[in-house]
Amino acid sequence: MADDTGKFGVGAGHLGIPNRRQFFQLGAGAAAGWTLSSSALAQTERPTAPPDKPRGQVIAALSQEPTVFHPLMPGIEVDLGIWWQVFSPLWYIDPDGKFVPDLAREVPTLENGGLSADGLTWKIKLRSDVKWHDGTPFTAEDVKFSIELINNPGFRARSRVGHSLVKDITVVAPDEIHWRMEAPYSPYMSILASFTFIVPKHILEKVSDPNASPFHNAPVGTGPFRWGERVPGDHIQLNAHTGYHGKGPYLERVVFKYIPDLTVLYTQFRTGQVDYTGLQGILPNFVQEAKTLKGRKIFVSSTSSVEHIAPNLDFGPFTDRAVREALYLGINKQAIIDALYYGLPTQTESFVPQQAWSFQQGLPQHKYDPAKANALLDAAGWVRGSSGIREKGGVKLEFANSTTAGSAVREQCQQLLIQDWRAIGAAMRVNNMPAAVIWGDFWQQSKFNSVIVGVNFMLGSDPDVTPRFGSGAIPAKGGRGYNTYQYQSAEADRLLSQGAQQFDLAQRKATYGELQKLIRNDLAILPLFQGFIAEGIKEGLQGFRPNINMSINSWNMREWYWA
Amino acid sequence: MARYVVNRLAQAIMLLVIVSGIGFAILHLAPGGPLSQFAVSGQMTQEDLDRVTRQLGLDRPLPIQYLDWFGRMVGGDWGKSYRDGEPVLSVISSHLGATLELMATATIIAVLLGCWIGILGALRRYSLFDTLATVGAMIALSIPTFWFGLVTIYVFSVKLGWLPAGNRHTIGDGSFLDLLHHLIAPAVVLALVETAMWGRFMRSSMLEVINQDYIRTARAKGMPEWRILTVHALRNALLPMITVAGLQFPTLLGGALVAETVFTWPGMGRLFLDSIGYRDYPVVMGILMFSATMVLIGSLLADILYAVVDPRIRVG
Repeated sequence: MADDTGKFGVGAGHLGIPNRRQFFQLGAGAAAGWTLSSSALAQTERPTAPPDKPRGQVIAALSQEPTVFHPLMPGIEVDLGIWWQVFSPLWYIDPDGKFVPDLAREVPTLENGGLSADGLTWKIKLRSDVKWHDGTPFTAEDVKFSIELINNPGFRARSRVGHSLVKDITVVAPDEIHWRMEAPYSPYMSILASFTFIVPKHILEKVSDPNASPFHNAPVGTGPFRWGERVPGDHIQLNAHTGYHGKGPYLERVVFKYIPDLTVLYTQFRTGQVDYTGLQGILPNFVQEAKTLKGRKIFVSSTSSVEHIAPNLDFGPFTDRAVREALYLGINKQAIIDALYYGLPTQTESFVPQQAWSFQQGLPQHKYDPAKANALLDAAGWVRGSSGIREKGGVKLEFANSTTAGSAVREQCQQLLIQDWRAIGAAMRVNNMPAAVIWGDFWQQSKFNSVIVGVNFMLGSDPDVTPRFGSGAIPAKGGRGYNTYQYQSAEADRLLSQGAQQFDLAQRKATYGELQKLIRNDLAILPLFQGFIAEGIKEGLQGFRPNINMSINSWNMREWYWA
Repeated sequence: MARYVVNRLAQAIMLLVIVSGIGFAILHLAPGGPLSQFAVSGQMTQEDLDRVTRQLGLDRPLPIQYLDWFGRMVGGDWGKSYRDGEPVLSVISSHLGATLELMATATIIAVLLGCWIGILGALRRYSLFDTLATVGAMIALSIPTFWFGLVTIYVFSVKLGWLPAGNRHTIGDGSFLDLLHHLIAPAVVLALVETAMWGRFMRSSMLEVINQDYIRTARAKGMPEWRILTVHALRNALLPMITVAGLQFPTLLGGALVAETVFTWPGMGRLFLDSIGYRDYPVVMGILMFSATMVLIGSLLADILYAVVDPRIRVG
């Protein structure tokens, strides 16, 4: 359920969505089946039909400045807000979790012959009515060029996960392309849907340096909006692409306005200078007040990010599972949620969002129980010293906790954690750092004791977390990935390998369900809550649909219009 | 005089080289790097991050990176922004206009208002006006720009609705009136501290001048007060202000950084802050060198002007 002021709850009937089986028999159907229906996620009122031709503008405020406009290069979430308007993927994931064809005519499946039974051969049929913003027809050559560009060693590609498995790309016809996968890899369907945008061959093949060209600052795509202008440090304007192949766009232009301070961003929303508060939305402390503003609607929606305490599992006390469990029992989670986050987020026990098809129900629920935590530590041989801090074998139960300096709510959370854990004989000290410092080597090379962080573990909408929890993904041990927790489990490795090669929904659900149980049991992370975002729009703006499968809720601005 | 100018110029260039070396070292030795933003939120693995680091040349020894950067900078190539791939000079110039607009307006307000308050305070020493001006200046110097900016927004934008809560202009409206409307609040906020400083300096300078013998002589000769003030006192009192003006640039730039953040003003200050946050080394170094050059030019011009009006400086 969702309303214009409430948060999205956890829906029931995970397997009740029509076409689910059909979808997952396609193979590689990793993303299907978020529990919320699009109608539930959409705005409750739709009093008018969209206009016949683009009309009006929307000013969308972002707290970070989009600066990367080549959609295959390293970028952050706000850049995605631009990419979704200017470019198109082969298919995308709607709020229901269904793959929807975009540049492709249909999503490849086992049934339609798009995928071979072993998952190794992919045959993609493309639309033949798509044009680039400069009028050049889009063809299969553009798809081939895009994948080859990602794998070009000289290109600063964001990530080659999945793409590096693609071999023997063949353009069969202008509207059909085939390729072979080196190994079956079901999450690739989601990777292609969530952050693989197709770029124009006819422009980029001519540039001498693929990392620098005029295209980087005046991109040409096939999306609903064409590049307008950029005033660095201020705003980016996109204009309607009237020859767009899909639904919309209904707005004449959209303007992404950069407002770095969240208080100022909210003030400008309040005074009517912006129509929509995008990333990072409205601060929790303003949400109640925002709901009372006239002519404004506030949406609080779940995100795929999971706020958690990340323990470094190679660090002294944290190697002992009993310690991790005691610390988890010692956290008054609900107090943190209520006092610091105004009750907006929901507790979680998994790295998978609760709305996902792959979410495992029935995981052991966290309970705030300091007495049990104390008993657990006593039993494990952690003895209180004269200072009240426990120790075992000369190792004291004390550690540092780090997060981004200046993140006020997380810093307050640390103060509550210090109090909570002092009660069970654990001493925590704060060691915060600026974002550019903490998320560098300190995080990547596991130099921390523990960190408070929000992470979207999903690959698009796929629960494959090999880069996060695979034994071979620990950078501090020379691995390829971001398993900074240094979690190592043979059973987890087995499940991860199995899940990435499965193409059947039921099998995948079982595999990733087992994995969630394992991670929860091992307490590889101490989950606090599932992420959320509070966004505001001006009344009368239609078409806003939060989509948990996307990193940004302005994904569908082509459908937005003023009533 | 020419020798004096050449000497000062050589000192300025040496200083710039030292600033570049220290700035480069501090920036690059600080933990974190331009790719850390992708580490937590993106889909990039450590392998991806390492690959991009190599492609950007960030894995080379620091002295090599510095010499490479310095050589290219002297040749006019200030590098490209890591964030958007634009040439640094183009990035700086795209933000410069907004900052100059803000700083120039704030300076005009501060000079006119500050000098007026300072002169009047000096002429009516210990009067109610002087006392209020002194207290006001102390308060203005103590108020954090960030806080004053937020209060201004709250009162004049949220409560009264008289002024926009930020931005340089209304999108789609580039008229002069619209620009002026948006300029008022940030310029006044930025001018606050400057006005107080100009007022205090002007008061001291004026007091010193009006107590000189030649002023007393002029009065004794029966010269009209307005003539004493404008021809003799003001002209001499303004001389030390040349130095004040020359050294105001760093303070103004620092203030602009805060004002630009509060009022979402797309200027250099905010660019600098953003670029440090992203560890966009080429842009940070570019702004550092640009600002240092401006400060040195300001200081140099003040020295030269002073030397022109007071020849004793040249041999001092």
